[in-house]
Amino acid sequence: MKGSRFILISYVIFLMLPIYWLLNMSLKTNGEITSTMTLFPHTLTFDNYVKIFTDESWYSGYINSLKYVILNTIISVTLALPAAYAFARYHFLGDKHLFFWLLTNRMAPAAVFALPFFNLYSAVGLFDTPWAVALAHCLFNVPLAVWILEGFISGVPRELDETAQIDGYSFPHFFLKIFLPLIANGVGVAAFFCFMFSWVELLLARTLTTVNAKPISAIMTRTVSAAGMDWGLLAAAGVLTIIPGAIVIWFVRNYIAKGFALGRV
Amino acid sequence: MDKPYNNKAWLMVLPVFLIVAFSAILPLMTVVNYSVQDTFGNNQFFWNGLGWFQELLDPNSELGGRFVDALWRNLLFSMMVLIIEIPLGILIALSMPRHGWGVAASLVVLALPLLIPWNVVGTIWQVFARSDIGLFGWTLNKLGIDYNYVSGVLAAWVTVIVMDVWHWTSLVALLCYAGLKSIPDAFYQAARIDGATRWAIFRAIQLPKMRRVLIIAVLLRFMDSFMIYTEPFVVTGGGPGNATTFISIDLVKIALGQFDLGKAAALSLVYNLIILTVCWIYYTVMTSADSDEGSAAP
Repeated sequence: MKGSRFILISYVIFLMLPIYWLLNMSLKTNGEITSTMTLFPHTLTFDNYVKIFTDESWYSGYINSLKYVILNTIISVTLALPAAYAFARYHFLGDKHLFFWLLTNRMAPAAVFALPFFNLYSAVGLFDTPWAVALAHCLFNVPLAVWILEGFISGVPRELDETAQIDGYSFPHFFLKIFLPLIANGVGVAAFFCFMFSWVELLLARTLTTVNAKPISAIMTRTVSAAGMDWGLLAAAGVLTIIPGAIVIWFVRNYIAKGFALGRV
Repeated sequence: MDKPYNNKAWLMVLPVFLIVAFSAILPLMTVVNYSVQDTFGNNQFFWNGLGWFQELLDPNSELGGRFVDALWRNLLFSMMVLIIEIPLGILIALSMPRHGWGVAASLVVLALPLLIPWNVVGTIWQVFARSDIGLFGWTLNKLGIDYNYVSGVLAAWVTVIVMDVWHWTSLVALLCYAGLKSIPDAFYQAARIDGATRWAIFRAIQLPKMRRVLIIAVLLRFMDSFMIYTEPFVVTGGGPGNATTFISIDLVKIALGQFDLGKAAALSLVYNLIILTVCWIYYTVMTSADSDEGSAAP
């Protein structure tokens, strides 16, 4: 169908143009950016990227971000696995309420929690460490992981658990050796979404750090407000933050909708 | 399918319960505590009862007026976003190829904006829409349209909405596509034999199959757009004036900018209550849809 191809292609162009513009700007000199309107870099330069990879105040931002994102992903998925199993396999006192309460935290506005988190993590001495941000992001990532994993676990027939039990497997052995490989896809999807939502969040990460654990997103916004904009550098930093998503996107392409809909599609 | 009743399952849920309680209940208690007190600095607090709530819900007071304005802006924004993104998302989902290499390619390209950090989405549109160095703003101005999102209210709104459409329409499209995928080819063949028009196929086959994912899409988009903070914060900073100051932006201004803890806390609770209500609707729809179709899992 000609019409549908036209719609799809125009939409893809609409999606790609702003990203192309960012990439384009990151490869220009600031002189070229501000003085002329050029559709591609006339004087190609990689200085902006060189600066980010050599200046510690820049590249440490990426390292700080990765630290709390990875910490958060590990905590969220590890804790969520047994809980998701419990929700998928058993009825227990208050299970429905608990499941709903988890969802409300996934949906809670981060702005509401910014100030209390600031107080809480200052009080326990974790302020300005990767742990503060990693734990704060658990607020929405743990419920997310539980919901996603519960969907995957419900898809595995319960007869399997019963058979394993009859065959004399202990529960930990069964869970780690037999069950976990079966839901490997689900674990991957949950980990990916925890990684992603922690990676894209700015407000809490910015509020809970000042110097030592400052994430790249906060360093970028600071450049925006500084006098004398370094557009090329800002664009280069932006391009580099897109890369983690762009790398893994191929592997999760069939699960994107599922992850955003909390495993319910 | 009946699940066995076993309260030992609580042991497996306990770690999750503890960490989420630490991250959610503890801070919320602080918020409740602040919301009934007033402070003049130096960590001295005074009992203020329900004063902040009364002020917040009274549109004639300074705080109440501010809240009502931000609330209306937020609702208007959410409405616009839904009106544009839902039909556009359906249209794109219908345009996506059903077989061949095009499926994977279009899935990857569509998903890309969803995985970009929110502040970078802001940055992308900040530079793309600027009238001096951005392709979008520059082109509009060359066409004779006076467009500058830093000074024009309308331009700022257009930028924020187009940015959200760019960022999130893919999600609606991907959800709808997931719904469409479950339609067997035999349905389309039968429709072709019956000589059904394109519109009839859409009304009778495709739309009913998308019903559930569409409800999810509407609720997700409503909630996320209602909580929006980062993208407009980066692009417009809530301006020009207060034209794009949504509730989240205002809340952060009051809490971390002015350190008006009492006001911020009262606003937080009311804001949270609104979200909670929508969330409950979402949950009810989700679980009732689950039981309609047997199981949530594919």
